Amino acid sequence: MSSWPAETKYISHPTLRVDAVPKVTGRARYSSDTQANGWLYGMILRSKWPAAKILSVNLDKARQIPGIKAAVVARDGTFTVRFYGEEIAAVAGSTRQACLDALRAIEVKAEPRNEFAVNENEARKDDAPRVWEGRSNVAPGRSREHGNVDQAFGECAAIIEGFYTTPVQIHNPMETHGNTVSWTDEGVTAWSSTQGISSVRDGLAGALQLDQSKVRVITDFMGGGFGAKFGAGAEGALAAQLSREAKAPVRLMLTRFDQALAVGNRPSSFQRIKIGAKADGTLHAFEAENYGTAGIGAGADSGGGGGGADIPMPYLYPVPNSRVKQSHVAINAGSARAFRAPGNPPASYGMESAMDDLAVKLGMDPLEFRLKNDPNEVRQREYAIGAEKFDWKAKYQKPGSSSGPVKTGIGCAGAAWPAGGPSRSTQGEAQINPDGSVEFRLGVQDIGTGTKTVIAVVAAEMLGLKPEQITVKVGDTNFPPGPGSGGSTTCASVSPTVYDICQRGLQQLQKQTGIADARGKNWLAACKKLGVTPLVVHGNWIEGLSNRPAYGVQFAEVAVDTETGLVTVKKVVAVHDCGLIIDTLTLESQINGGVIMGMGYALYEERVMDDLSGVVLNPNFETYKLPGIADVPEIEIVLLNMPERGVIGIGEPATVPTAAAIGNAVANAIGVRVGSLPITPSKVLAALGKVPPAAIT
Amino acid sequence: MNDPETAGAGSLSRRTFLKGLGTSAVAAVAAQTTAVAAELEKVNAEKIVGPGPVPVTLNVNGRKLKLQLEPRVTLLDALRNYSSLTGAKEGCDRAACGACTVLLDDTPIYSCQKLAVEAQGREITTVEGLAKGDKLSKVQQAFIEKDALQCGYCTPGFLISVTALLKQNPHPTADEVKHACAGNLCRCGTHPHILQAVFEAAGVKATSKTEVIHV
Repeated sequence: MSSWPAETKYISHPTLRVDAVPKVTGRARYSSDTQANGWLYGMILRSKWPAAKILSVNLDKARQIPGIKAAVVARDGTFTVRFYGEEIAAVAGSTRQACLDALRAIEVKAEPRNEFAVNENEARKDDAPRVWEGRSNVAPGRSREHGNVDQAFGECAAIIEGFYTTPVQIHNPMETHGNTVSWTDEGVTAWSSTQGISSVRDGLAGALQLDQSKVRVITDFMGGGFGAKFGAGAEGALAAQLSREAKAPVRLMLTRFDQALAVGNRPSSFQRIKIGAKADGTLHAFEAENYGTAGIGAGADSGGGGGGADIPMPYLYPVPNSRVKQSHVAINAGSARAFRAPGNPPASYGMESAMDDLAVKLGMDPLEFRLKNDPNEVRQREYAIGAEKFDWKAKYQKPGSSSGPVKTGIGCAGAAWPAGGPSRSTQGEAQINPDGSVEFRLGVQDIGTGTKTVIAVVAAEMLGLKPEQITVKVGDTNFPPGPGSGGSTTCASVSPTVYDICQRGLQQLQKQTGIADARGKNWLAACKKLGVTPLVVHGNWIEGLSNRPAYGVQFAEVAVDTETGLVTVKKVVAVHDCGLIIDTLTLESQINGGVIMGMGYALYEERVMDDLSGVVLNPNFETYKLPGIADVPEIEIVLLNMPERGVIGIGEPATVPTAAAIGNAVANAIGVRVGSLPITPSKVLAALGKVPPAAIT
Repeated sequence: MNDPETAGAGSLSRRTFLKGLGTSAVAAVAAQTTAVAAELEKVNAEKIVGPGPVPVTLNVNGRKLKLQLEPRVTLLDALRNYSSLTGAKEGCDRAACGACTVLLDDTPIYSCQKLAVEAQGREITTVEGLAKGDKLSKVQQAFIEKDALQCGYCTPGFLISVTALLKQNPHPTADEVKHACAGNLCRCGTHPHILQAVFEAAGVKATSKTEVIHV
């Protein structure tokens, strides 16, 4: 079986991002920067009703607006819309302004339904308006029972019951979803802001009834996805139809508003947890009921990254007796999609909150309580390392015991990400030129995680070259196929593939040139001997070089102003493992990013629906708050490099435990639990009894 | 009133005020009648531009960009969609994310909130104008070395905000950097590295605290 070299020059060292120069000079062409010859703008008209029957859509007046070249309906005939923001029609024109005018000129005849449900707690009632006709809004998810739960609770020395809720979170990548699509007689080319070029190709081919070979998808640079950008989406198919009608390329990028309404979110969760332990602190019984909403989408399972409302329960800690009931609630809102570590951050928040509450009841230090119950050896080690770095023992005080109006507190939580392993069908190729230059081509995409850099680092290591000598091309369905960038799988997929390409390349070079070892100082001589014909070698993912899963633990320190309710995160210590580290620099960036996104989930982010009008009240950044640079705490990272495990992805585990650790730190600071994310000042003040609690949110 | 922005706003409100007055009201102000009437005449003689395209000249990165634009076209739209300068990015189109930040003279502004016609006669610097040929600016170099970018979509905006800061304040404190970047959002969560990069560009060694333990 193959193995990674023991001594490395680039692998596990810091390497500068290979595509940083185009990114800092503005030369990087993102999907939204595409200026195909003769391109037009595209825009979508969306439903202003949360539920309505669309009787007719008249595009005549829109077509008469000067500059408008095409207009299409989202669906033919009469159709039903089920959320505010659902697609109704789309236009393409030579200026943005013409499109805006045209959207206003579209005449829609509709029968709005006065009854709709946008609040999962209302929607799950028996008499709630139905999102889907003739079908209950509530669908059962997984139900499981192990052991004898009722008897086990009777054997517990301490039991707590808690209600922990998490909001719908919106992905909000800085670049919105969208494509430039050119449909000609030869076929379709799409420049897509996507995490999965292959899935966009297949989706477009299916929607347009074209051979997959007639569709090419290109993603040179894209501005983030976080799970929301797989597949062509309605906007991709509409752009293609507009392009066909206008006989010109159409750039249809969603607005920030569109993005908040229609292209994905993390489902909410409402977790009622009862958990008990024996006197020595061993977990013994667990019972939970959870429901959440994935919008109109009724998917239940989020285990594989689907974006459903179910979550893994009980999370992390094995409990011998457990009973879990889950259900998901349809509401009149845009469907959920996979969101960075689907299911895991809400599960972590619920379970780790309950763990701390139980530790308090048992009179145990919550870290000791975790070490007692977490069987995972890697996390055990990470807790030990992190506790020392964080100075847990010196900092830990009994809940609510810090003095003064601004109270400090600490908390911790563990992470798991069961995926993170490779896609075994990953392929790639390299073209080795007689002048010594070499180009790697893989049909994956770099969503900002540094995939191009990973390819360059591995190739440089294996060929004895420098990363800057490697040309990396990704993001094109004309290249050998690779996986979509989801589930933290890309790094573990491409690294062994590049290894294999290099091994085959070196073997072939030896065969063709007679030079036994073409690496490093012999590289140029060997390439020259190729004569005039470049060598193209194909490689595949191979066994033994990648792995799963990844773990991780995080510690948080907060200050809570008990007069204003404001929570400030002072420090986070993040201890993570991902097998063999490829690039410590880009890895550090990803962990920072996971922590900061988790912090947004903990304190700021929440999609707010208006019960009366059915609209999303905060579909933009001035009302949907992301963490800014002034909110970001000191983040200290410890990386465990475990080469013998092979390469594992890190994108998801880094964001899993942050909100739970912050929530626990807040509870430790003020001595009461805020059982609902985001932990806003009003919820803190309500938990302290200083203001009346809001109705269930 | 040296600030051209303030002067512009002042003259606009006076004009609006004058236009709003009825003739008789103006006539009643006997002492200033002649002067006011003359000004009114001048205002009324101004040609209304638009709504169709009008010629617009923008000074971008030291070059003149001559365009035909409807007056309602924003500076961001003009740069991204009427020229090949796509460095400034659109993230929200409503002054909330900062991805579109450019320099207007030395002031960082949201180009999505400035009409292109209003930006005429000013020096506009986009991310494409930060490097001198192939030589990157100190800020750009520091962003690369500290990996102060992930997907890179917010990066042009941050680079402009930081460049403006360091021009005014070559040795900022951490709080001053945070203040200068308060109008820029990043969803990948690159902020700690941006902070490091700004210090690096300001000549202060900023080292990572990350520890790698080989197991």
